[in-house]
Amino acid sequence: MSEYYLFQDQDNCIGCLSCQIHCKASKGLGPGPLPNQVITVGPKMVHGLPRAAFIYMPCFHCQRPWCVSACPTGAMQKRSDGIVFVDESLCVGCKSCMLACPWGAPQWNPATRKVVKCDYCMDRLDQGLQPACVTNCTTKCLHFGTPDEIPNLKRTRYAKKVAFEKDEDPAPRAPSRGWQEMGKGHIDQSQAKAERVHGTPLPRKVAKKRTN
Amino acid sequence: MEKIYSICGMCTVRCPIEVTVENGEVVRIEGSPHAGLDGSLCPRGGAGLALLNDHERPQYPMIRVGERGEGKWRQATWDEALTYVADKLMEVTNKYGKRSVLFSDRGGPFADLHKAFMKGLGSPNYCNHDASCARNVQHAAKSFMGMGRKGVSYDLGNARHVILQTRNIFEAINVSEVKNLIKAMNNGCKLTVIDIRATITASKADNFFLIRPGTDYAFNLAVINLLIQKGLYDQDYVKKHFKDFDHLVSFVQPYTAEWAAEECGIDARALESFVEQLAAAAPSVLWHPGWNTARYKNSFYVSRTAYIINGLLGSIGAKGGLPITMKAKDAGAKGLKALADLFPKPEEKRADGVGWKYKRFDGGPGLLHLAFKAIETGKPYPIKAYICFRHDPLMAFPDPEATKKILDKLDLLVSITFSWSDTAWYADVVLPLSTYLERESIIAHKGGLKPFFFVRQRAVHPRYQSKSEWDIFCSLARLLNIDALGNFKSIEDIWKYQLEGTGYTPEDFKATGQVKLTSEPIYADMDNYKFGTPSGKLEIISEVLEKEGIPSLPPYESPAAPPDGKFRIAFGRCALHTQGHTVNNLLLNEVMPVNPVWIHKDRAAELGISDGDTVEVSADGYSATTKAYVTDMVHPEVAFMVHGFGHKLPVESRAFGKGVADQELMKGGIEVWDQAGGAVAMQEHFVSIRKAS
Repeated sequence: MSEYYLFQDQDNCIGCLSCQIHCKASKGLGPGPLPNQVITVGPKMVHGLPRAAFIYMPCFHCQRPWCVSACPTGAMQKRSDGIVFVDESLCVGCKSCMLACPWGAPQWNPATRKVVKCDYCMDRLDQGLQPACVTNCTTKCLHFGTPDEIPNLKRTRYAKKVAFEKDEDPAPRAPSRGWQEMGKGHIDQSQAKAERVHGTPLPRKVAKKRTN
Repeated sequence: MEKIYSICGMCTVRCPIEVTVENGEVVRIEGSPHAGLDGSLCPRGGAGLALLNDHERPQYPMIRVGERGEGKWRQATWDEALTYVADKLMEVTNKYGKRSVLFSDRGGPFADLHKAFMKGLGSPNYCNHDASCARNVQHAAKSFMGMGRKGVSYDLGNARHVILQTRNIFEAINVSEVKNLIKAMNNGCKLTVIDIRATITASKADNFFLIRPGTDYAFNLAVINLLIQKGLYDQDYVKKHFKDFDHLVSFVQPYTAEWAAEECGIDARALESFVEQLAAAAPSVLWHPGWNTARYKNSFYVSRTAYIINGLLGSIGAKGGLPITMKAKDAGAKGLKALADLFPKPEEKRADGVGWKYKRFDGGPGLLHLAFKAIETGKPYPIKAYICFRHDPLMAFPDPEATKKILDKLDLLVSITFSWSDTAWYADVVLPLSTYLERESIIAHKGGLKPFFFVRQRAVHPRYQSKSEWDIFCSLARLLNIDALGNFKSIEDIWKYQLEGTGYTPEDFKATGQVKLTSEPIYADMDNYKFGTPSGKLEIISEVLEKEGIPSLPPYESPAAPPDGKFRIAFGRCALHTQGHTVNNLLLNEVMPVNPVWIHKDRAAELGISDGDTVEVSADGYSATTKAYVTDMVHPEVAFMVHGFGHKLPVESRAFGKGVADQELMKGGIEVWDQAGGAVAMQEHFVSIRKAS
């Protein structure tokens, strides 16, 4: 993997596709290629409430990228910081990388008849900026940084959810988004939401235990 | 590289932006860091470059040579086109009087220039788009609080419970509002959505009520009933600020939770629990009175009861609720000098009857569909020239064919626009407006908890032969001998005039595009606050309404069910498009080229329609095809579509022939309007759907 981590906080994502459009605008792309894409699933009923998932799909910048191995011309490369990118001047449009990638990250650009892909906006990174999708995200649900920065965000969010709900409320009437409602056998939104956050499995287990 | 602080123009929210420019080209567009957006911008904002570079927009002035709507034009120079317009305006005003000119725009903070132009011309007939948008909310606010809807702000960031009814906040995006609500929700604020379908906003909600279309008023009456019956309302606040509370108590008596549950198709216990949640969060509760409420014949009362509920919870004026909007003077600053004040108020009555025939309506922007009536009938006097600025009434109002027949009575129809539109295509003269990236606007004032001045600054030189609005109107003013406006030779001249006496100069806007008038939010002292109503209180019974035979709160009437096999039409927004004017945008069209029709799965099954099928939607002689979106997340009576599709102009190759133009499914819709609130009622129509062969 690259040195970086692009984390999408699904709780705060509204599936507006701003990331998709800003990416294309930033790369000057016309119709066709989508270096990143949000796939909306739903809305459907989850525990009595409509819920939608917004699955964010950029390039994952693999540790051993199959696209790089598959590229016959050396156009697909990996930088020292792990970013996988295409050197367009070397790309001959053979599409080997598109076949090799299990995630559909390399995209065909009909305007150049070459491949284009998410490169974490390395031109922007080199200017001290963040990727376009992250900077312009409507809700700031996309976070870009090093992997060690991200778990903190999830843990803090989780701790807030199960404990008292408002920072500025010194004596809350009840920890309303947490234990009390679970104890009543009522599955509330905090659980439904937490289940959708990657890597936060605890609420599901707790809910099962407490609702029997 | 240079950074220009300006204002987005991809929709009418007008978010503050930072435009990075290099060698005269836009490099990137981001939400302004000086206005709390910190880069954030919606997808339409991201597609601004595609608008700037689009060759499929009006590039030069055009004068019609064929029949209206035939699409035959000749290219004209600006001198020629403006002289043509000025001569025609002279001809019309000489023959029919100055009052015979009509103007419409899409409202907003820069309208002062348009009002000035119309006053300079001597016509009282300035209108905006709002009769097909939020007029019912405006008039509901006035009838209850004695001030317009913008007299209160939405303090989303500090709210503890937000209720959205006819406001799809996560799809009809105002970036700042979205960010504030997300922030509040991350701090524990609850979100309740009342809608006829599960929107993206509903998919984030803590409570969701999927109600039968047209029953919002029933829902709200039951909420009021519960708040009163259970003693959950703010008694001190009501005592201090309400007039005729006793009337409200007796009026809502029959409207119980059980009754509303039956009427709206919801669970009575869920309603009761919701009302208890409201009381627990009061007064930091924000029950949104709605945005585009031009939907039902009783939409006015939905907004009015929403305001009443906010009042009962003590949230009008409260932090985290609907605090009173502060203006420049409240921050100890002097307001902008209005361009409209350069001219005396025209003495003539408005052609739409607002202010004299209809005293309950707000004279400012009038009611455009009633102005159309004046064009059609010549009463109270003839309207013979019509200027549409950045406004497409043929798409915005129902039944464009009927409206075209009305427009045929005009001697002059001018469209000033940066994108093609049905109205531009039907016009006699098209004047190409620069996009928001190429033009400056006048300075504007934004009220709120922290009032400020802001301005749109030009980021790049105009492409093609487009011009800024100040340039167009000041040039026209010179040709028409409207000296006070014609004397402005540059935007700086106008800015200097506007800022006279404020102590600020145009230079002060360079660095951030804004001048902040206070650093801290200002909340009104509600203990000593007097509302703008005749009694100074929140009025359950409004004399202004009652005098015109309009009940302050009418008994509830159940909406009609669709005739056999039909659906009630419903429309709305999505994050990717701004009604019709972005549908041809290269980047946005790619992601959303058509507007699928939402159909309930049981109804779809009856019709043999599966998800993704091509279907034909029709009513009264109009039909168009689109994709079916089959779901159990929409009320079975409803056919929902995003508005703005079904374009038929050959100059828009990407949008051409794609999707359904919902306004064409509303035959006779220009005559169907909410008598209390004034707006057209666009969901009072029924359509048929069948699988396309």
